[in-house]
Amino acid sequence: MKAAIKQSFLRRYTGFRNSRINPKGFHVSQIKFYIVLFPLIVFMVLPIIFIFSHAFKPPDELFAYPPRFFVVNPTFKNFTDLFSKMSTSGIPVSRYLFNSILITAVTVLASIIVSTTAAYALSKKRFGLKKALFAINTVALMFVPIAVTIPRFLIIEKVNLMDTFLVHILPGLAMPVGLFLIKQFIDGIPDEVIEAAQIDGASDLMIYWRIILPMIKPAIATIAILTFQATWNNADISTMYINSENLKTFAFYLSTLTSTTGGANTVAGQGMAAAASLIMFLPNLIIFVLLQSQVMSTMSHSGLK
Amino acid sequence: MISTMNAPKIRFKKWLGKEGSAYAFLSMYALMFIVFIVVPVLVAFFLSFTFFDTIRVPKFNGLRNYIVLLTQDDVFMKYVLPNTIKFSVIVGPGGYLLSFVLAWVLAQLPRVSRTILALILYSPSMTTGVAMSVVWLTFFSGDQNGYLNSLLMNMSIIREPIQWLQSPQYLMTIMIIVTLWSSMGVGFLAMLAGILEINPELYEAGSLDGISNRIQEIIYITIPSMKPQMLFGAVMAIVSTFQAGAIGVTLSGSNPTPQYAGQLIVNHIEDFGFLRYEMGYAAAVSVVLLLMVLLFTRLANKLFGSEG
Repeated sequence: MKAAIKQSFLRRYTGFRNSRINPKGFHVSQIKFYIVLFPLIVFMVLPIIFIFSHAFKPPDELFAYPPRFFVVNPTFKNFTDLFSKMSTSGIPVSRYLFNSILITAVTVLASIIVSTTAAYALSKKRFGLKKALFAINTVALMFVPIAVTIPRFLIIEKVNLMDTFLVHILPGLAMPVGLFLIKQFIDGIPDEVIEAAQIDGASDLMIYWRIILPMIKPAIATIAILTFQATWNNADISTMYINSENLKTFAFYLSTLTSTTGGANTVAGQGMAAAASLIMFLPNLIIFVLLQSQVMSTMSHSGLK
Repeated sequence: MISTMNAPKIRFKKWLGKEGSAYAFLSMYALMFIVFIVVPVLVAFFLSFTFFDTIRVPKFNGLRNYIVLLTQDDVFMKYVLPNTIKFSVIVGPGGYLLSFVLAWVLAQLPRVSRTILALILYSPSMTTGVAMSVVWLTFFSGDQNGYLNSLLMNMSIIREPIQWLQSPQYLMTIMIIVTLWSSMGVGFLAMLAGILEINPELYEAGSLDGISNRIQEIIYITIPSMKPQMLFGAVMAIVSTFQAGAIGVTLSGSNPTPQYAGQLIVNHIEDFGFLRYEMGYAAAVSVVLLLMVLLFTRLANKLFGSEG
């Protein structure tokens, strides 16, 4: 017993076992890494803490001079202000939030279906254009949507998607990174599993639904997160393609708050913007925390050969 | 006679039975991919050879847009191109290197603290866009209530508040800092996973072969064993760098940015496309942007690709 304790002590506090990648526990040699990381972590996390702290500040603290980083007398006033106010066009803020939630939920679900079906075909089916199509998708990984804003605008106008609910959803469904990650993940499923099912007479749809989907849950979680972030934070679609105020999103509403406060600097506007940015940020964080282990197991398949 | 008439039909049926379901599975994605990625790229390419003001039909004018871009667009040559190069060289490779170093350092830590720290590093990349601007606009605010101004005035480094986001000499630096702050995204996670996946026996074999320090270990073992993830991370870094182009306009609140100090190629496209309605010219700039991305990705491929 004593020897075992001594052994573990030695391991922990001396260079006895030079722990390297993915160590099991704490080791003195790790301290230097914590020291290196510390300033960077502070730099990364302070703005995040600020989002939390700022949202609960009463007006006198929002405009205190000198400005204070941490909130002293936290209050929910900014949140109640936010939800009791109408936007300038008479739409309640809860409407924007409802739009955002609905749009994000539908997009995430649709994106999972669209990407997993395509990834299943690209990974496990045999057909003529298979290699070529995957190569095209790999090239599209470097597609920069912002570069083709104008042609996209013209196309969306041509296919009559302007000012519709669908324009929030459809453009986000073609996500080359998502398809790529899922396809790589499905590649890890042995062909024998599928062949066995085929011998038992399972149809393609059955194989997809009963075998593939349950086995690629981590990859589904990953694409859910990526789609969620892209959709939930998107203010551009509301700005460019939507005219009806009651079809716009919460992200768009927040962007109007920050731009008007930039010029007019209204007291209530600042507080509401702070509260709204916390509401924007929080779901991102919660979902990632819940799904992070799934994401990491997908990422180990992410290699681009 | 009948059988020869039907031969193509039969062959088609046979093909449908064999490959039809694969295309059925692909169809939804393919449709979205064509409508929102392939066609826009082709349209951009086509419009780049035309004069198009969104009202009249596009008029073909050959290479005119490209020639104007290269010879007469002073703003592009004097500000946009140098800014874009400066911004993308620092943020792209800089952010990429930072992601790799951070991923490597995190891999040296035990699971629990690694997960917490990785979450902290990743979280800024979730705040892209609007939520981010609230934080940074407050921090760099130009009056004495701005956090940075107040801090520096307290320390008596400056006497008068500085208009950080409106000053041409600071805007670019701030853009770079903010973008680096939010650059630990998917690529960073991929590289972290890649490092953790490496078989520990490789390191043991390496130390028998005379690898004596961690730098050698990184160069001879870590990087070669995770090339695919390195390449994926590089592509993500390049794309997000160019995608981040709107940051200068978000921070300064105007397009064009003050004295074009933060004007990047993406802002130039918007300036001509949506403010001046010279869509043909804007499309030519888009094509140049896509070519730049292509070029950088080729370069990354040379470095980390398996065929290179």
